[in-house]
Amino acid sequence: MHRDLDITINNVSKIEGHTDLEIKIKHGKVEDVKLRITENRRFYEMAIKGKNCMQLGQMVSRICGTCSIAHLLCGIEAVENALGLKISDQVIILRKLLMYGLYLRDHALHLYLFMLPDLFNKDSLLEFDDTDPIQHQMVHDAFALKKAGNNLSTMIGGRAVHAPLPMVGGFAKIPTKAEIQEIISELKEVRPLMRLCLKTFAECPFKFERNAHYVSLTNDDFNFIDGHICSTSGICIPEKEYGNYLETILIPYSQSAGYKVRGQDFLVGALARVNQNAASLHPNTKKDAAEYLKLFPSNNVFHNNLAQAIEMLHSIDASIDILENTEFKPEPLPNPIIKEGEGIGVLEAPRGTLFYRIRVGGDGIITGGDIVVPTAQNQINLENDLKKLIQDNINLPEAALQFECEKLIRAYDPCMSCACHFLKLKWVDEFQQPNKQVDQQSPSCPLPPEPQK
Amino acid sequence: MEQKKLKIGWFSFSCCEDSTIMFTEMLNDNWINWSKLLEFRHARVLKANNTITDIDVAFVEGAIANSKDRAELIEIRKNSKRVVAIGSCACTGIPSNHRNLFSKQDKEAIQYLLDRFGMEQAVLPIEKVVPIDDKVPGCPMVEPVFLKVLDKYLKEFGIIPNT
Repeated sequence: MHRDLDITINNVSKIEGHTDLEIKIKHGKVEDVKLRITENRRFYEMAIKGKNCMQLGQMVSRICGTCSIAHLLCGIEAVENALGLKISDQVIILRKLLMYGLYLRDHALHLYLFMLPDLFNKDSLLEFDDTDPIQHQMVHDAFALKKAGNNLSTMIGGRAVHAPLPMVGGFAKIPTKAEIQEIISELKEVRPLMRLCLKTFAECPFKFERNAHYVSLTNDDFNFIDGHICSTSGICIPEKEYGNYLETILIPYSQSAGYKVRGQDFLVGALARVNQNAASLHPNTKKDAAEYLKLFPSNNVFHNNLAQAIEMLHSIDASIDILENTEFKPEPLPNPIIKEGEGIGVLEAPRGTLFYRIRVGGDGIITGGDIVVPTAQNQINLENDLKKLIQDNINLPEAALQFECEKLIRAYDPCMSCACHFLKLKWVDEFQQPNKQVDQQSPSCPLPPEPQK
Repeated sequence: MEQKKLKIGWFSFSCCEDSTIMFTEMLNDNWINWSKLLEFRHARVLKANNTITDIDVAFVEGAIANSKDRAELIEIRKNSKRVVAIGSCACTGIPSNHRNLFSKQDKEAIQYLLDRFGMEQAVLPIEKVVPIDDKVPGCPMVEPVFLKVLDKYLKEFGIIPNT
């Protein structure tokens, strides 16, 4: 069929934030695909300038409601590194736990509320049939797992969204023994629910393969806060060097820039992490998810969701292990010496690698910063995947083609609130870093000239 | 007799969607009860099949930053008997309105982006665009206040007894 077709999907549903997709097909060939992140820019990189560095964490937490803990901790890490502040082993452990709570809650939200309806051919989890035993179980499991992650984050951070307890140098409060026992019991109670979750996403019939270029932090205990940045294109570098490898691609029709590494599009997130770092998962996770781990490394984008389920199980196992074997003691917050400096923060947010570079003046005031979020890094890869997906399914009826596109977008678990916080990176000017900036000009939507400084 | 339900919409404009996340977390404990009392006419985060028609109560998160969002909010107001501002950005504009307070130089630096994406000169709380009936403040929204407001409208629309 050599058809012409223009499709516009406004406000893709069941994702975090707002995005549109425009598709142009001419004579049976995909002529153009534009993923427009339509979330309004909130200019956080400019807004943090002139603020005291000690308040950065709470400020950047507001970039994103769902992964606020990742922004909070990454911002704090960047400030600590700028000030040369060392943190205790206990603080590192508490931050690992806080991230495990985030992963459990956030991945459960994505898998059950956003992805599962596609698998059951429903519009929403809320439409699941309560009289069907599996569907009834799924709804129960969704809320029980989300709640366990929420409670773990609340115990460590004081709240699951915009957590108030993490500070530069430590935590304002540590959990009590009674609180810890309660959370251990809850995590053990929900752990068996992961069997059905893993099985469901392993048996997902959807498949899409194109690129095989992955980037993630790697470490020896599959934690989400430190390690080396490694890629399947052969990079293995200290996390502070990651910014030097990110090439900024300006996309004039999107509220977010895109990125390449070594001139190629790439993918960050759960699939990248499990592909590159599965050997470091908790032993109990490796044992109970053994049959599913055989599917990795995988280039099937829909295995991103199975990888998320594996990370949920790992977050439960690693948290139980830490909570049962750690004695937490009150620690005073350090009094950092304020000095001029530049600090890098890198961690794995649920959707992939998060990068902060913050410059602090001698008075503790932030003079500049760059924030690179996972969804922006995945943007070009996702758009290229969509082009291939549409070409592969060019003869599908319009509604079916639209659904295939939405399914693929949802499988990525994009977060548009994160993606559109910034102005534009100017690393060459401000940080003397060898970043490239490439203008991805579109004839139909040229990039207006920037005002002269 | 079939239980009458409160027809609600959940909308999100410029913000971090923290209150949307809080709402999805509140489903953990409340879904069994709410499934009997609420009909979701619009909730993009939960479903694809959405409509902005015949809404009893619209819960609106986020600030208004562009003309498209302004028009959509006006449409929501026209089709909703009650409108509730949810969270700090909808109630006060903060913190999505950082750019309102930028220096002249910084405002000039971002102007080309405001022009390209049809963004307005100032980011506004929703009551600067349409009349509202209630506010649930907080960043994220304060859960007990939301529950109180919801309870008020469940009674007002005759979904639960007004005792």
